[in-house]
Amino acid sequence: MAAPLASGFAGADKPEYADYSRCIHCGLCLNHCPTYRLWHQEADSPRGRIRQMHLVDEGRLELGAGFVTHIDRCLDCRACETACPSGVEYGKLVELARTQIEQRYKRPLASRAARDFVYRRLLPYPKRIAAAARILWVYQRSGLAALARSSGALRLLGLQQRERLMPEIDSKFFFSEMGKTYPARGARRARVAFFAGCVAQVTFSDLNRATIRVLQANGCEVVVPANQVCCGALPAHAGVRDVARDLARANLAAVPEKDFDAIITNAAGCGSTLKEYAHLFGGNDASHQPAARFASKIRDVSEFLAELGLTAPLRTLPLRVTYQDSCHLAHGQKIREAPRKLIRAVPGVELVEMPWADQCCGSAGVYNVTETKASLELLGLKMGSVRETKAQAIVTANPGCILQLRAGAEIHGTGHEVLHVVELLDRAISRRD
Amino acid sequence: MPANETRQSTAIDSRLLRDLKKLLGKDGVLHKPEDLLLYEYDGSVEVARPDCVVFPRTAEDVVGIAQLANRHKIPLVGRGAGTGLSGGAIARHGGIITSFARMNRIVEIDADNQRARVQPGVVNADLSTAVEHLGLHYAPDPSSQKACTIGGNVSENSGGPHTLAYGVTTNHVVALEIVLPSGELVHLGSTALDAPGYDLTGLFVGSEGTFGLVTEITVKLTRLPEAIKTLLAIYDSIDDATETVAEITARGITPAACEMLDGWTIRAVEDYVHAGFPLNCSAILLIDVDGLREVAEAEAKDVEDVCRRHRAREVRVARDARERDLLWKGRKNAFGAAGRLAPSYYTQDGVIPRTKLPATLRRISEISKKYGLQIGNVFHAGDGNLHPIILFDERNEKQFRDTIRAADEIIEFCIQVGGSITGEHGVGMEKDRLMPLLFSEADLNLMRRVRDVFNPTGLLNPGKILPDSKGCGEIYVRPQPASAAPPA
Repeated sequence: MAAPLASGFAGADKPEYADYSRCIHCGLCLNHCPTYRLWHQEADSPRGRIRQMHLVDEGRLELGAGFVTHIDRCLDCRACETACPSGVEYGKLVELARTQIEQRYKRPLASRAARDFVYRRLLPYPKRIAAAARILWVYQRSGLAALARSSGALRLLGLQQRERLMPEIDSKFFFSEMGKTYPARGARRARVAFFAGCVAQVTFSDLNRATIRVLQANGCEVVVPANQVCCGALPAHAGVRDVARDLARANLAAVPEKDFDAIITNAAGCGSTLKEYAHLFGGNDASHQPAARFASKIRDVSEFLAELGLTAPLRTLPLRVTYQDSCHLAHGQKIREAPRKLIRAVPGVELVEMPWADQCCGSAGVYNVTETKASLELLGLKMGSVRETKAQAIVTANPGCILQLRAGAEIHGTGHEVLHVVELLDRAISRRD
Repeated sequence: MPANETRQSTAIDSRLLRDLKKLLGKDGVLHKPEDLLLYEYDGSVEVARPDCVVFPRTAEDVVGIAQLANRHKIPLVGRGAGTGLSGGAIARHGGIITSFARMNRIVEIDADNQRARVQPGVVNADLSTAVEHLGLHYAPDPSSQKACTIGGNVSENSGGPHTLAYGVTTNHVVALEIVLPSGELVHLGSTALDAPGYDLTGLFVGSEGTFGLVTEITVKLTRLPEAIKTLLAIYDSIDDATETVAEITARGITPAACEMLDGWTIRAVEDYVHAGFPLNCSAILLIDVDGLREVAEAEAKDVEDVCRRHRAREVRVARDARERDLLWKGRKNAFGAAGRLAPSYYTQDGVIPRTKLPATLRRISEISKKYGLQIGNVFHAGDGNLHPIILFDERNEKQFRDTIRAADEIIEFCIQVGGSITGEHGVGMEKDRLMPLLFSEADLNLMRRVRDVFNPTGLLNPGKILPDSKGCGEIYVRPQPASAAPPA
């Protein structure tokens, strides 16, 4: 036998044989992978991507442009984990493959600069997020955005679709609520910490406030810990693991988990990373145990409310809705029933399932920005499925999905309203339309 | 290793490549080594690298591909989702792999006549899902049905748990459009009942891609039964479970499915599905009875009665569709669940007369001890189709060889007791060498002559089903899986 070739991976953060060899290449994942369903080639399937990691590790495939393309094109939606009978932890593998790419592959300058800015200079710093948001707010509200749209400048730059995917910046950021405590309405049933997110602070502050109201109305005292930062999901998914670790450590310090019955998030993407905090640290790392304890307290808001049971009176809302599973809730956290149970709890709401409800809508963190074309194709398929249900509104469980689906309703002219599960509950509780 | 088994890929003729790209567009052809590495495997342990991979979208594309392959005298191999377990979709001698993954349209559904016309890349389960609202389904249900394609099912004549009552693929295919390796487009069968002339459809189904490339399939759709009862019978002894199966059939009861899993496999499966399978049993039977509500209920009672008579510790009946789906999810993912317990596994596919189940299981247990290899047992017990799962570590060359020896000894026993070398996974490149154990040289020669009618140059899926005419006795050394060498 020829001498073993040198692995294309190095260092501690790499896909490990023990993990990727769990894949028995049976192919059961293929039809569940959104990118395989788009392009139908092995290289863009979970089985093919795992094989590529294996080949790079064996030194039979270069950690080069081809490998990077196929790993980049992965949505990290983890639908393959749901389909996999062998229990391959694909999400972990792809994040580690991306960590290797981050460390060992030189991307083009523009891409490097953009990644460096977003993951290292922006997301970790709440103040910078606020500053950037203020600039965008001016763009959106001053008439500049309208001008850019009507003048055709965006079309000229090829940014027309991308701009539609851009979140609308709130007038009143959620940062102002940091450090506050909100009393339970009625008898206190639980004391929870609320994890507010990073970008959500400037684009989903209404959703965050609605989440707190719904928790209060159901007997929860809600604390918004002051020094919390971004959960680190976006850097971790992108392979920027050192930043993800720093953020995780900051959150461990900011939220004393033993003081709370649960730490609540309304973002499925954040929740799945928060629940996997221990993965970020090796068994010997001093942060490993605290991370595991912290993670054990994390609950998605749907999961928590469904388990706690709704006590707030709900008024009737005559609405036909369909539910889009957020990938990191359904596949990442294996939570499918809880949001559906909450939706059905609202009198008058009719839940109609769409086909392939647990297929990614194409949002996938920053995927709609980095792989816009594929993202929009997936969105098109999704809106087709939504239409079949004749629902008036789409309910989902993650801010990223909400943005994407809102863009979908606009681009495809379907007129659907898009709501988070807790926004639906909030509406039924507080008579706010 | 013999040279022909570890063929190194050679650069493909540049004119052929250019013509293929002209025909299919740039994104319809893969030829870079890094892409070809991802088509050297399927769901089996076999490995061989193609020279290029093409993605037709129409039958005309397939005709063009066949003509080009024919002109350049290069092997041509069809591929669906690559979930096969005998290397059917692997380019054993290189050449062009034709992936039907992008020909995945359901062309027509004729609910009144219970027919559907589909392209070969349609995923088996997707067809059933598409017709469910009409009260219909496509009955053959291989365990890989959520990923495998109907084109692949036709080539392998795939079965599944419910083929016990409903029959295998060939019983559900009425007409085919195929492209011969010469490039001729021909139609076999008829959508109406009983096509006149030779039953070429029957001949074609199960030809493992050696007769032609399928471009369209007309299948029967079957009414969904009014009622299904799923029973889970739990045993402390494997013999009791096998004897139950023998008596169920002796009594003339035909369940829709009758599956057996041994205790070891159940424990692996339960870890994945959490369906409430017992962890401390020796075997379970998973039995479906279906039909009109009254019939299903009466049969379920009869089956339960037989199970208890043979000392079933417990018999559970699934209360609703969710519980039933969970139990079946356990069965359908049994092989994959084995992947949790060892880096690799090899699934054998043998057939025995039902009455020989207890003896065969004892023999498998002896073989397991002899080689010190863990062997799990999953069978379609109702039709005597065994799927022993042998666990091994691909990095350990001795263990890999022992695995193959153990698998061969199981098959030899199947033949001894009057069975066969494959129930549904196909012969492919895995068991061609075993064919002479079942068939005489004259038998095999007739098969070769039939193949030559469709595939006279032998360049369509070469190295499959039929052994080289040198016959048996040669020791075949299978290459270790690609992943054999541990990373440095």
